[in-house]
Amino acid sequence: MSDQTIDTAEKPEFYLTEDHHPENSTNLGFWLYLMSDCLIFAVLFATHGVLGRNYAAGPSPADLFDLPIVALNTSMLLFSSITYGFAMLQMERNAKAETLFWLTVTGLFGAAFIGLELYEFIHLIHEGAGPTRSAFLSSFFTLVGTHGLHVTFGIIWLITLMVQVSMHGLVEANRRRLMCLSMFWHFLDVVWIGVFSFVYLLGVLG
Amino acid sequence: MSSQAPAHEDAHEAHHGHSHGHQAGHGTFKSYMTGFALSVVLTAIPFWLVMAGVFASPLVTAVLVMGIGAIQIVVHMVFFLHMNPRSEGGWTMMALIFTIIIVAIALSGSLWVMHHLNTNMMPMSPEMMKNMP
Amino acid sequence: MFSNPDLLKFVFGRLTLDAIPYHEPILVVTFIGVVIGAIAVLGLITYFKFWGPLWNDWICSVDHKKIGIMYVILAVIMLLRGFSDAILMRIQQAIAFNGSEGYLPPHHYDQVFTAHGVIMIFFVAMPFVTGLMNFVVPLQIGARDVSFPFLNNFSFWMTTAGAIIIMLSLFIGEFAQTGWLAYPPLSGAAYSPGVGVDYYIWGLQVAGVGTTLSGINLIATIVKMRAPGMTFMKMPVFTWTALCTNVLIVASFPILTATLALLSLDRYAGTNFFTNDLGGNPMMYINLIWIWGHPEVYILVLPAFGIFSEVVATFSGKRLFGYASMVYATCVIMILSYIVWLHHFFTMGSGASVNSFFGITTMIISIPTGAKIFNWLFTMYRGRIRYEVPMLWTVGFMVTFVIGGMTGVMLAVPPADFVLHNSLFLIAHFHNVIIGGVLFGMFAGVNYWFPKAFGFKLDPFWGKLSFWFWQIGFWFAFMPLYVLGLMGVTRRMSQFEDPSLQIWFIIAAFGVGLIALGIVAFLIQIAVSFMKREELRDDSGDPWDGRTLEWSTASPPPDYNFAFTPVVHDHDSWYDMKNRGYARPLEGFRPIHMPKNTGTGAILSAISVALAFGLIWYMWWLVVVSFVGLLVVAIGHTFNYRRDFHIPAEEVTATEGKRTALLAEQV
Repeated sequence: MSDQTIDTAEKPEFYLTEDHHPENSTNLGFWLYLMSDCLIFAVLFATHGVLGRNYAAGPSPADLFDLPIVALNTSMLLFSSITYGFAMLQMERNAKAETLFWLTVTGLFGAAFIGLELYEFIHLIHEGAGPTRSAFLSSFFTLVGTHGLHVTFGIIWLITLMVQVSMHGLVEANRRRLMCLSMFWHFLDVVWIGVFSFVYLLGVLG
Repeated sequence: MSSQAPAHEDAHEAHHGHSHGHQAGHGTFKSYMTGFALSVVLTAIPFWLVMAGVFASPLVTAVLVMGIGAIQIVVHMVFFLHMNPRSEGGWTMMALIFTIIIVAIALSGSLWVMHHLNTNMMPMSPEMMKNMP
Repeated sequence: MFSNPDLLKFVFGRLTLDAIPYHEPILVVTFIGVVIGAIAVLGLITYFKFWGPLWNDWICSVDHKKIGIMYVILAVIMLLRGFSDAILMRIQQAIAFNGSEGYLPPHHYDQVFTAHGVIMIFFVAMPFVTGLMNFVVPLQIGARDVSFPFLNNFSFWMTTAGAIIIMLSLFIGEFAQTGWLAYPPLSGAAYSPGVGVDYYIWGLQVAGVGTTLSGINLIATIVKMRAPGMTFMKMPVFTWTALCTNVLIVASFPILTATLALLSLDRYAGTNFFTNDLGGNPMMYINLIWIWGHPEVYILVLPAFGIFSEVVATFSGKRLFGYASMVYATCVIMILSYIVWLHHFFTMGSGASVNSFFGITTMIISIPTGAKIFNWLFTMYRGRIRYEVPMLWTVGFMVTFVIGGMTGVMLAVPPADFVLHNSLFLIAHFHNVIIGGVLFGMFAGVNYWFPKAFGFKLDPFWGKLSFWFWQIGFWFAFMPLYVLGLMGVTRRMSQFEDPSLQIWFIIAAFGVGLIALGIVAFLIQIAVSFMKREELRDDSGDPWDGRTLEWSTASPPPDYNFAFTPVVHDHDSWYDMKNRGYARPLEGFRPIHMPKNTGTGAILSAISVALAFGLIWYMWWLVVVSFVGLLVVAIGHTFNYRRDFHIPAEEVTATEGKRTALLAEQV
C-alpha cells in the first residue's frame, strides 16, 4: 500500500483505498415517489376544483354526504396513523411481537376505513348518484376512490411486511421497508385531510 | 490502515458526515400523542363549523376549514412524518418545498385558467352550471 | 365450442378476425418485413448460441451501462418506425393535389401522424435521453451503479413494453386518430369507440411507470452516490442537466398519468370528466395535459444541452465558459418550464389577461437558453477546436436550434400565435428545436460516448456523411413548412386544393429523402465501425482527451466501474487528475459489492403487456389474471433477501492488471 500514500504537498489523494459504502438511498427514493404521488392527487384535486360544482341537474354534496360517517371514517384513519406510530416505536425498541401487534391494529383500522368507504359508495350508487351521473360525481368517486385504492395497497403491503417480519425479524431491510410504509401511511392521512376538507366539508357548504 | 492524509480524511468526512442511518428522525410516545391530540382538535373544529353552521357566511367557513386543514397537514408532517430540515441532507425538505410549489402552480393555475376559459367559452350562471344536463 | 358466441365474447372480448388488417397492403407488406426481420434476428441469436448470454447478461442485467445501451437500441429501432411514418406523410402530402387523394385515406393518415408523434416523443427521444443519462451519469459521478439497480432494469423493460403495445396496434386493430395528445371529445368514448385510443393510453401508462421510476432513481443517485469531494458545484454539467431533467420527470409525469387515467375512466367507466354533457369540460384535459407537456419538452432538451456542454469543452480543449451560469440557467429553465404551459393553447379562449401572462413568461424562458448559447460560443473562442463528429453535430445544433428558438419567441406573442397556431409554422418550429436540439444532441452523445461503451470509435467518415445529410436534409424538409405556415396552411391535412402549394411539399419530401440517407449512413456507420473495430480501437479509455471521470475508466469499463472510488477535488475532475500526477492504483484491490441480475423486471413488463392487451380488447379474464400475476410476482420478488454478491479481489486484480498491460502497450 505504500505506493499510494500521497505527498499532499504535490499530489492529492485521487481515490479511496478502503471500502466505500454510499449512504442508503431508500428513504430519499421513497420520499421522492411520495412527492410524485402528491402530484397525481394534485391533478385530481384540481379537477375537483374545476368540475366539482357541475351537478348536471343531479344531486349535490349537500344532498348526498353524511358528515357523521365521514367524521367516523376520518377518525378510523387517524387512529390507524397513531397505531402505526406505536408500531414504529416498538420497532425502535427491537420488540418484534409488539411491532406485529400494533401493525395488526393499524391494518384493522385501515380495513374499517375501507369498509366504511365502500359502504358509502355502494349506497350512493344505489341512490342513482354513481360516478356516471355528473362531472361532480365522477370527480368525487375518482378522488376519494384513488385515495381508497392507495389505502388498500397499503394494507396489502402491511400484510406482506408482517409476514416478512415474522419470517426474518426486524432486520435492516425490514426496518427500511417499515419506514417506507410508515411514510406512505402518514402521507395518505395527509391527503385525507385535503379530501375531507375540500371535498366533503367545502362540498356541503356549496 | 496507512497513514491518512488530511485531504483524504476531509473528503471522507464530508461524505460520511451522517452515515449512521437515523437522520430520518423518529418520534417518541409523547410526540405521537401530541400530534394525535392536535389532529383530533383540528379535525373536530372544521366538522363542527360546517355541521353546526357556526358562521353565516359560507366563504368565511370555507377559508377557516382550508386554513385549519393546512395547519393539520403541518402537524402530521412534523409529528408523524418527522419532517425536519436536516433529514437526507436537507433534500427531503427541498423536495417537499418544490412539490408544494408545483402543486400550488398546478392548482391555482388550473383554477385561474379554467375560470377564464369557462367565462369566455362556456359562459353560464352558477345556476346553469349546477343544472345543465 | 367455438361457435358459442358468448364464450367467444368472453375469451376474446371485442377482438375479432376483422381486427387484422388483411386488406391494407402497406400493413401486410410491413408485417411480412417484420416477420422476415424477426426470423433473421432469432436465427442469428440461435446460430451464435446467444440465448443464454442474452437472458443472463442483458435482459436480466441490472448494470446501468447495459441498460443504457439497451435504451439507445430501443430508441434507434423506434426511430426507424417513426421515420417511416414521416416518409408516408411527406409522400402523401406531396402528391395529394389537383383532385388526387393520394394513397393514404384520412382515417389511415390520421393514425400515421398520431403514431409518428407518439413514437418520436415517447419511444425515440425519451429512451435516447434516458439511455445516455443512465450510461453516463454513474460514471461521471464516480459511482458503481445507480441507487436502485433492479428498478432501473424494471424501468427499461416497462418502456419497452409500452413500445411493444404501440407496435401491436399496427397489426392487431388500429391506432388512435387523434393526434399525439389525444384531445377529447374526439378521444372520448363517443367519438373514438374503437381500440385506437386505448392502445395509446395503455402504451403510455405502461411506459410512464418506467419513466417516473427512472426519474426517482437518477435523482437519488446524483444526490446520494457522488464520489467524495464532488460537491454539487463540482459535478459535470451533463450530470447537472440530468439532475434537473429527472426532477422535471418526477414532477411532471404523474400529471400525465393522472390525466390519461381520467380519460380512460371516461372511456371505460362512463364518467364525465371530458365529455360534452353531464358537466364535463374537455378544455380541462388540454389544460392538464399541457401542464405535463411543457416540462416534457425540457426533459427532452436539457440532457442535449448537457451533452453539448461536455462536447464543446472537450473538443475546444478548454474548460467550459461560465460553469456557474450554466448551472443556474439550467435550474431557472427547470422552474420556469412550469409557468408557460398555456402558450400551447392561446387560441382556446382564455382571454387577454391570461394570454399576456403566459406570453411574457414564455419569452422570459428563452433567455437562459440564450445565455447557454453564448457560454458555448465563448468556450469555443480561442480554443483549439477539433471537428470530430460530435463537434459537427454541436455546431449544427447551434445554428439550427437558434432558428427554431427564434420562431418559438415569435409564437410566444399571442396575437401572432392566433395566426400561426396549428399551422405548418408550428410544426416547423417544434421539429426545428426537437431535431436541431434533441436529436442532434443524441447523435453527438452517441458518437462521443460510443468508444467508452464498446471500446472502439465510430467511423468518422460515415459519421460526417450522416451529419451532413441530416443537416441539409433538415433544412430542405422544414424550411418550406415555415413558408407554408405563414401562408396559412393547417397541420394534419392529407389533401390540398391549392396547386401553388405543391412545390413546397415536394421540396419537403426531397428533404426527407436526404434525412433518410442520413439515417442509412448512421446505420452503415455502426456496421462499418464494427467491422473495422480493430482499426478504430480505443485502448486508453480516453480517446478524446476528455475532462470528466468517465474517461478515467477502461473502454468499456469493467462491471464495477471503478476499482477504488475516486476522490474529487475540482470540476473537470479527470482533467484535474491528469494534470496533477494521478497514478493509477496497481494493487491493494478489495472485493467489490455488486447487485445480482434478475429476470423479475422483464417478467413484470411482459405481464404488463398482457394486462394492457386485455384492457384494450375488453378481455376481462386476461385483465384479472395479469393483474393478479403482477401482484404475485412483485410481492414474490420482495421475499428475496439475497440480492447481492461480491466480486472477489483476485478478479478485480486480474481485470485491472489486464488494463495495466493494455495501457503499457500504448506508450
